[in-house]
Amino acid sequence: MLDDFLIRALLAGLGLALVTGPLGSFVVWRRMAYFGDSTAHASILGVAISLAFHMSIYLGTLSVAIAMAVLVTVLTNRGQAMDTVLGVLAHSALAFGLVAISFVPSARSDLSAFLFGDILAVQRFDLALIWAGALCVLALLCWRWQRMVTATVNEELAMAAGIDPRLERLILSLALAVVVALAIRVVGSLLISALLIVPAAAARGRVSTPEKMALLATGIAVISVASGLWASLQFDSPTGPSIVSASAVYFAIAQIFRRV
Amino acid sequence: MRGLRKGRCCVTPLIKASNLSIHRSGTTEAVLKQVDFSIRPGEIVTVVGPNGSGKSSLIRALLGHMPLASGGVARKAGLRIGYVPQKLQLDSAIPMTVRRFLSLPRRVSDSVARTALETTGVPGIEQRQLTRLSGGQFQRVLLARALLHEPDLLVLDEPTQGLDQPGIVAFYQLIEDVRQKTGAAILLVSHDLLVVMRASDRVICLNGHICCEGTPEDVSVDPAYHALFGSGARGTLALYHHHHDHDHGAVCEPKLGQGGFSVSANDTHVTEQTRA
Repeated sequence: MLDDFLIRALLAGLGLALVTGPLGSFVVWRRMAYFGDSTAHASILGVAISLAFHMSIYLGTLSVAIAMAVLVTVLTNRGQAMDTVLGVLAHSALAFGLVAISFVPSARSDLSAFLFGDILAVQRFDLALIWAGALCVLALLCWRWQRMVTATVNEELAMAAGIDPRLERLILSLALAVVVALAIRVVGSLLISALLIVPAAAARGRVSTPEKMALLATGIAVISVASGLWASLQFDSPTGPSIVSASAVYFAIAQIFRRV
Repeated sequence: MRGLRKGRCCVTPLIKASNLSIHRSGTTEAVLKQVDFSIRPGEIVTVVGPNGSGKSSLIRALLGHMPLASGGVARKAGLRIGYVPQKLQLDSAIPMTVRRFLSLPRRVSDSVARTALETTGVPGIEQRQLTRLSGGQFQRVLLARALLHEPDLLVLDEPTQGLDQPGIVAFYQLIEDVRQKTGAAILLVSHDLLVVMRASDRVICLNGHICCEGTPEDVSVDPAYHALFGSGARGTLALYHHHHDHDHGAVCEPKLGQGGFSVSANDTHVTEQTRA
């Protein structure tokens, strides 16, 4: 069954959808919408480092993404606004990455192949990686859920309850970095960034509690993956963009039925 | 009528801070200098002071959220604190019902949540979104949340910011009721000079250090208090007509004499009307 590339693509998308629902909800609540793009840009630097030091691309992108997450947390803890920090880091990482990659001749030829995965090209190993990463992050979120939601609602309330908001922010950033870095290589940066933001944004208008929003976002992400894959098969359209388009359609529908 | 669970003497304080100094973060500039503070079970203590006088820093230090430059804070073992923070900024991005909010970060049963909301005078609003509440309702929800785990001490940092005058008076009335019902000690930070004092057992004037301290009657005639708040402080005297046992021998003895304050019939009338 796993021999079929369509089944593998579906399973990869569903694995991501499971974790992008709750994770994407935090992205929306905390206004970290550009986190995915920043990490994607940072991955270029990761690719350059991996090639220069002859190590696995996964390892390179993952370590750069984790370094990004720590930097984001440190800078916001020092009082910088989240959108400013993400903007600064995204562009700096891209610039440093392009400079670094110019020193690695072997990488210049097909940079995009290193960076932008294709969900139809997902292999068994990628699939295992995505599901393992997704399940780990899901377990982490379940474990920290009450603390992370409290810290997101108000940091002072969290501190009064013995929660360190800076720690929760770091954990969230690391979880995001791991998921984005794993997914970029496999399904591409457009798809992972969109799967984080669009389903959560679509879910926002209809729900009363954070848990319902996370569940609805997961549901919308799952349906987007399934219907996007179906559409891509039906109309012979590129798969990643079709999935993103499907989620955008659900977002539009959600706006129509939104509770004001 | 004081509502104390135990006698005044021989009671270990809930929190005792001695010789407390705090620096502005990253500098050696003192925000608080050599402050001694303690609060006993069942007591209502109000800290007043101008902006930047270190009121919030004192609270944070007492709660253990702030590094101390010197001195120490001793909290009674197993002390449960209910905290209502200053100016809670609520972001509309996160959907949150009142009921769900009460279960953060520790989950509580429906009946506990219902009782707390009834105690603070906002029954039946469990399913409302936090962002849809009025300022007064929201403060009462925050107070209900602080009461959930049977605190020995309630700490309220400027709890009435953004409320109108009747709302402020009603909120302080509520705080007094809560003390009566639960027996919790209450530590208030406020600059609602006009109303705050009537409910307090003890008032502390803060301006980087403790300027004066004592019963509301004593403090309201203390020169240090008038130096801090100017002639506007006279209004406190006019409105203050909450008679109870005096606790003389406090740090600031009245220096201007008891004739210094009189209750204006007109002002009293206004207060009673707004409280009704």
